[in-house]
Amino acid sequence: MSRMNAPQPRLKRAAPQKEQGGAKRLPASLSRNAPLVPVDSAGGQALAAVIAILTFLAALCAGGAELVSASSAQWRSEIAREVTIQIRPNPQRSMEDDVARAVVLARQTPGVETAQPFTKEESERLLEPWLGTGLDFKDLPVPRLIVIKLKEDERPDFGPLRQSLQKDVPGATLDDHALWVSRLSTMANTIIGTGIFLVALVLVAAGLAVVFATRGAMAGNKEVVEVLHFVGANDDFIAKEFQRRFFRLGLRGSAFGAGGALVLTIILGLITRSWRASPAGDQIEALFGAFSISWTGYLVVILIALLVALVTGVVSRLTVRRFLNGNG
Amino acid sequence: MAGIPSGHFVLLSRRVQARVRAYYDEEFDEGAAPSVHFENVGVRYGMGPEVLRDLTFSIEPNSFQFLTGPSGAGKTTLLRLILLSVKPTRGLISLFGEDVSRISKNELTGLRRRMGVVFQDFRLLDHLTTYENVALPLRVQGKDEGSYRAEVVELLRWVGLGDRMHMLPPVLSGGEKQRAAIARALIVRPDLLLADEPTGNVDPSLAKRLLRLFIELNRLGTSVVIATHDFSLMDQLNVRRLVLGDGRLHIDE
Repeated sequence: MSRMNAPQPRLKRAAPQKEQGGAKRLPASLSRNAPLVPVDSAGGQALAAVIAILTFLAALCAGGAELVSASSAQWRSEIAREVTIQIRPNPQRSMEDDVARAVVLARQTPGVETAQPFTKEESERLLEPWLGTGLDFKDLPVPRLIVIKLKEDERPDFGPLRQSLQKDVPGATLDDHALWVSRLSTMANTIIGTGIFLVALVLVAAGLAVVFATRGAMAGNKEVVEVLHFVGANDDFIAKEFQRRFFRLGLRGSAFGAGGALVLTIILGLITRSWRASPAGDQIEALFGAFSISWTGYLVVILIALLVALVTGVVSRLTVRRFLNGNG
Repeated sequence: MAGIPSGHFVLLSRRVQARVRAYYDEEFDEGAAPSVHFENVGVRYGMGPEVLRDLTFSIEPNSFQFLTGPSGAGKTTLLRLILLSVKPTRGLISLFGEDVSRISKNELTGLRRRMGVVFQDFRLLDHLTTYENVALPLRVQGKDEGSYRAEVVELLRWVGLGDRMHMLPPVLSGGEKQRAAIARALIVRPDLLLADEPTGNVDPSLAKRLLRLFIELNRLGTSVVIATHDFSLMDQLNVRRLVLGDGRLHIDE
């Protein structure tokens, strides 16, 4: 074996001369920071579109759930702030005394803002929708109501009131609407739960779409992956490259989807506002509130968009790791 | 320390200097572990006959050799064995003193980073510019672009691709692609350089120039293996020849 001693210019010694000549022309960055994994535009666009659609649906589900949750909280707090005492007529007792006693008892209870008895006329008017106008209620034993408004954010214990009513005003019942509130809560929670479940389903679907797209990209870029391995890239580096590419794709798709959902919400809000005076508008508003989602709604939609992009990136990375481990 | 090449050495980072020193201490003070060692290695594809059999040889650190033999003799397969992209059906292979039969993926990456390879079909990435292709081995090691830009540009100019830096490989000529592929293998100054027909597509004067590049690299401490059947190239250097024929290896010292 012979050692070469050819009189060539040494590679590195030539450097300074070349540098002087070329330093000025050397651009700040020669690398365009191009993705190492080539971007397959057709497949990439399709995946971005799928992600956009899925995000759109997820954002609508989440927005709807948020809407219901907000308006149900409103209903609940309104209903829960009101408590009624009903006093059934008893021929052996004076109704007016019973009512006055019950009002005094109610006002003594801590947390009560007002206790307003319905007069006889008001109570009778409540029956008009069922019995018609112009009836003489004189002979009819009409129960009397006392409406108690509670102070805001206060849930007093009605046990003592209930007991003293039982003792002093036989025939009086206290209704704190607990049954109603619990039914409303159940309904609202069901809707919210369904919304969360749908969002989860959409995330899973997005993940699966990414798995297929990643496997396709891996198969299509087999040559590239092999070269990357030969020049010293480890699996983690390659997986990161795929993750970067798919995260960007996912972010673009989910931004479009979430943006679409927000625009739709705003348009629907405008439409319902213009309908407000009509009976249909009233109905919609009764169910959904003002159909304008709160800032938490916007936050949830943005969060979902980010989550979808994140899922896209992470899933593609895991898929690449599994693919590379499975294929040596 | 006498064996360490001077010149560019001071420009290397301390970490690399330490590695080179450790390498030289190991190689020259304590009896060198060969860069590549094969013992009774045989390869067959599927159920076919063995394409390579009973290969026993070593490639010493800082050595220079040609690998030759007629077309289809298994030169490329032998290079792929060293690159660990083909597994031997029998025998033992060790690289840089390490038995490779049961190494982890991380160790495999580590070994590959010590090797530079020039493929017969170049294997440039078509969506990256020439510059990006040559810088690729440094980029995959996570290095900052600013740290290697000047070095890559210098090497590109040396191989005559200074004005092709921003072009994509599909518009390069065969010879230009070949030089880009060589530059990519040289840029990390590997411990072992494997080149498969590196002068197959260039004119004789350029072939000579490229050969000088390999020699220069060898002088900086790299073991070089050039697979070729170009006798005019081999005749320019009086070095060891590994001759493959009939699936067996014959060594011409």
